[in-house]
Amino acid sequence: MTNIPAEYGLVLAALLFATGLVGVLARRNIIFILLSIEIMLNAAGLAFISAGSRWGQADGQVMFIFILVMAAAEVSVGLAIVLQLFHRLKTVNSDEANTMRG
Amino acid sequence: MELLWLIPALPLAGFVILALAGARMPRPLAASIGAGSVGLSALIAVVTAAAFFPDQRAHTQNLWKWIDAGGFSSDISLTLDALSVVMVLVITFVGFMIHLYATESMSGEKDGYSRFFAYMNLFVGSMLLLVLADNLLLLYLGWEGVGLCSYLLISFWYSDPANSRAAMKAFIVTRVGDAAMAVGLFILYKEFGTLRITEVMNMAAAQWSSGSTIAVAAAALLLGGAVGKSAQVPLHTWLPDAMAGPTPVSALIHAATMVTAGVYLIARMHILFTLAPQVRIAVAVVGATTLLLAGISALAQSDIKRALAYSTMSQIGYMFVALGVGAWTAAIFHFMVHAFFKALLFLSAGIVIDALHHERDMLRMGGLRHQLPLAFWCFLIGAASLSALPLISAGFYSKDLILWESLASANGSAWLWAAGMAGALCTSAYAFRMVFLIFYGKAQSEASYRIAVHSGLRTKAPLIILALLALLAGFLQTPESLGGISFFSAFISTALPSTPTIGTAMSEGTMQYLSGFLSLLGIFLAYIFFLYNPDYIRNFIRKPFGFALHCFLSSGWNVDRLYDILFVRPFIYAAQTNCRDIINLFFLLVALLHKGANRVLCASQSGLVRKYAFGIAAGAALILGVVALK
Repeated sequence: MTNIPAEYGLVLAALLFATGLVGVLARRNIIFILLSIEIMLNAAGLAFISAGSRWGQADGQVMFIFILVMAAAEVSVGLAIVLQLFHRLKTVNSDEANTMRG
Repeated sequence: MELLWLIPALPLAGFVILALAGARMPRPLAASIGAGSVGLSALIAVVTAAAFFPDQRAHTQNLWKWIDAGGFSSDISLTLDALSVVMVLVITFVGFMIHLYATESMSGEKDGYSRFFAYMNLFVGSMLLLVLADNLLLLYLGWEGVGLCSYLLISFWYSDPANSRAAMKAFIVTRVGDAAMAVGLFILYKEFGTLRITEVMNMAAAQWSSGSTIAVAAAALLLGGAVGKSAQVPLHTWLPDAMAGPTPVSALIHAATMVTAGVYLIARMHILFTLAPQVRIAVAVVGATTLLLAGISALAQSDIKRALAYSTMSQIGYMFVALGVGAWTAAIFHFMVHAFFKALLFLSAGIVIDALHHERDMLRMGGLRHQLPLAFWCFLIGAASLSALPLISAGFYSKDLILWESLASANGSAWLWAAGMAGALCTSAYAFRMVFLIFYGKAQSEASYRIAVHSGLRTKAPLIILALLALLAGFLQTPESLGGISFFSAFISTALPSTPTIGTAMSEGTMQYLSGFLSLLGIFLAYIFFLYNPDYIRNFIRKPFGFALHCFLSSGWNVDRLYDILFVRPFIYAAQTNCRDIINLFFLLVALLHKGANRVLCASQSGLVRKYAFGIAAGAALILGVVALK
């Protein structure tokens, strides 16, 4: 089994993170925003895994499990919010949910 | 003597009781507390005066320490000497008469009956504190108390804004004088380190030379206070407007309390005024100016109470002339006689006003002597005393003393005497003008036919007693040529020095003939112009010049308008300008800054989730960048 260099994993993580960030900033659809946040979380997870395997430590994988659990919880709360939003405003466009404007 | 403290304490206690519980009391109880407290006080004053009489030594009663802080200490202590005996007797006795009268005349009021008596009691109590005070601070307390009560009572019918304005005017105008007086007291305290009147006077006599700057300054400032309280030129404008209050209040202000406070102050501080000859001359000049100005103005008044108000100013002017020439006894004697006849005039005018359903215009009265015989006789006696009708009226003896002293005293002058004589002519003319307009001639309006007389014993008794006093009080002191009784001056000489007289071209007897003649001439002129041939004056007033003169005189020489232009309007203008001033701009700037910041922060809260996320990302990138590049 050939070793994949750690740099590859990190670069991939950075690319995934950038993709997710752009998705959060650019998309209006709140479900896509939620998906993009998931991508960013997984990018962070991938970075931990890569670093963990590079140093031969189990900590990276432990951290990834933490992130996985947190992402599951976050998605359940996030989807509940999305449902409430749609229920109240009949839209999934986040820009229209600007009733808190000062 | 040990009861001395009760004299001011009783009216003050009456005030406290009425102020706390008066509203829930039945009216007779409120009236008996109000009049009774002053009556008891008068009784104690008589007892105290009787105890004082045999040895005539000043008696001081130290009640308790009022203030003792940082080297300054002041006691609540009362002093009784011949001067304060006279003042206390007049204040309590005349005050009691007025209270008694008011219990009946105020019974028509819908509300405020007990409030009225509470204020009246406080008024009398403050005035008693003023004349009994042993030190100047306590005197000042009474002085301010009197000012406060005048404000409260002038605006007694507060629902009419004009009454409140009159009250504010009285308060503010006298405040000008009070401020001067306070500064005068500061000077005395700074110089002598004490405010006890006897100590201040002794130290002033010992340390200050006659006519020194500091003595003149202190005396002039005290004179300012006296001028304000006693309604003398130039601070006299409040008194005619003060007639907005109920008639018993006017009687109290004019006869027993308030306006005589200035006379008392100067008499009390006479050593200081002797040390400042310039100020003493100023006192006399102020008095002479006021007595002429007010006496002439009184001739043109149509409101019965305003005419009486100008008459008071004029009579206090006589007292100031007497004080100015150093005739202390004459001033106090005239104060006493004036208290009797002025209270009498106001109370009988009150009957007329009540009987005519609050009609106060004399030109709409007339022919009332048959319908209101008691008021007529009392008013006639009061007017006779006011115009110094020879021999039979008390006013003759007191005013004659002033006129004689203003000429014959070492400080007197022919000018003051001439002003006094001219004033005497005016006095009898305006006094009997009032008598003729109100009680003689034809009824000028239907008001005279709708007379409602309901005067009971409590109205009649004070009038009759005061009428007797206005006739007989003069025999306490008569001139050399008429018996030479000097009971009053002998009594008061323990408190006030007598004035040396110098020889004059005229003997006292000749002058009495002259002043008696002027008094009768005034009555005769009033008869000619206001009863025998009233059309002459009416036609004169129709002409442009006559009309202008009439307006000028009836407005009191337009002093009000002058002050309005000189002081009131500039002040209002300054106040209005000042609300946009530079200091205010600074605070506006602070407000503006916060408003701007608020707007910026509001804009940042867009409600767009993506922008918030961008903010977070940018912040994180920034921090990472800083960490990485460091």
